[in-house]
Amino acid sequence: MKQWPLSNLWKKLPEQVRRLSILGIILVAFFLMIRSLLIPSDFGKFGHYRASAVEEIASLPMQYAGQMACVECHEETVTLKGKGYHKNVACEICHGPAAAHTRDPGSVKLTAPRGRGYCPICHEYLPSRPTGFPQIVSNSHNPMKPCISCHNPHDPKPPQTPKECSACHGEIAKTKSLSHHVYIPCTRCHNVPKGHKISPRKFLPTKPSTREFCGGCHAKGAAGEKGIPQVDLATHGKRYVCWQCHYPHLPEAH
Amino acid sequence: MEHLKTQEGHAIERRGFIKKILQGCAALLFPGFLLAKTKKGRTKPWVLENGYNPAEHDWGMGININKCIGCGRCADACKRENNVPRAPFFFRTWVERYRIFENGKSLIDSPNGAINGFKFPADEKNIIRSFFVPKLCNHCDNPPCVQVCPVGATFKTADGVVLVDSNYCIGCRYCIQACPYGARFLDPRTRTAEKCTFCYHRIVKGKLPACVEVCPTQARVFGELKKKASPLVRFMRMNKIRVLKPSLNTEPKVYYANLDMEVR
Repeated sequence: MKQWPLSNLWKKLPEQVRRLSILGIILVAFFLMIRSLLIPSDFGKFGHYRASAVEEIASLPMQYAGQMACVECHEETVTLKGKGYHKNVACEICHGPAAAHTRDPGSVKLTAPRGRGYCPICHEYLPSRPTGFPQIVSNSHNPMKPCISCHNPHDPKPPQTPKECSACHGEIAKTKSLSHHVYIPCTRCHNVPKGHKISPRKFLPTKPSTREFCGGCHAKGAAGEKGIPQVDLATHGKRYVCWQCHYPHLPEAH
Repeated sequence: MEHLKTQEGHAIERRGFIKKILQGCAALLFPGFLLAKTKKGRTKPWVLENGYNPAEHDWGMGININKCIGCGRCADACKRENNVPRAPFFFRTWVERYRIFENGKSLIDSPNGAINGFKFPADEKNIIRSFFVPKLCNHCDNPPCVQVCPVGATFKTADGVVLVDSNYCIGCRYCIQACPYGARFLDPRTRTAEKCTFCYHRIVKGKLPACVEVCPTQARVFGELKKKASPLVRFMRMNKIRVLKPSLNTEPKVYYANLDMEVR
């Protein structure tokens, strides 16, 4: 009779080992069966995750329709807005998510903020906001009037362009008002190009570029009022322009 | 064993031997051929139902700190778009206000994630620098949260977006612990991990993420990382770029311009 080498080995094994290995085989088969039942069939198709999860996430409903959806019906307003300072402000920032409205414009109406509460979210003065961003202190800025009684949110303009530098540079104006330089007008040191009021970052005012400029008052022997601190320009901090060490808006600061 | 010694027997044995070798090889290769066929089927590009091919894209976001006015419209829009609980502590994106004082100390706050904007600070004296920093999931190229997930419920797709499969998540919170940016939270309703998806349901349809859509100053820029004609590539070319916690080698895909060294 032909004998398989494996069955020889099987018979040579002690009985307890044989029983144990049968148990092991059953356990492995059981594990494989449970594993195949529990793991979704598309798991690991493209990576260590369920492939259909991507499809599920991609098919979630949208709430915000996007700027382009508004143009289709409200072209006039969008054109008006596109010319003003709010051209980059999306409609849905103020009017809320509009996807439902674009699907059914008749029954889903959008709201517009009409009180004084909403505009200050962007335009209330905060020291952390970037310089040049139009800001107001709403407690002192026509306290009882809603913003839209003077400003058209689709084409916002300040009632008139502010003449004072302090309208935007309030913090510097406040600091300067406490300093000995309080009576020196901003334009004495800064040349302000015409476009600066319209696009503040594109047309930057100049700063004094020589030591002799400050030296006009502060150099030894310069003509001027009594009590102005004077230094010898030849020996005092030679390599630097004055404002690199001294803050001209509050020169007394340490 | 006797017949091996004869000449004929040996010949027959050799023929049979070669036959068996060839049969064995064929048997071994047969499943290989089958597999190769299915593999060929797999190499077909994976296209979503709406025709979006993840392998063709590589998404990232740019944030310009100099442009952020801290209005928090992004955080508010994110909650509305993704149905995030309105209560505090659950944010996919939020805005932080940094205030750095003359004595070198810094104060960071984010009242309710800035979904209602910021109020004028009570303590505004001796501030030397102050600015806003919008934060969100960085969609790391080397995401620690994906590494620790014990069940494969969070993963990086072919377009570089890190997603959470909320039907497969067991809510063990390992990923929330592992994220160095604090970008994840446990949804109190489903008890599963949640985080920013770059509004995956929007970008597969060619729309911008909700936070980018509503940003009034274009402080947020979204786009392709590997296509030249992309607003994000232009943003990264025009600005000096920093990422958060570069030392962790997570390789974030949210790029900040004009970021202060205090921001971590």
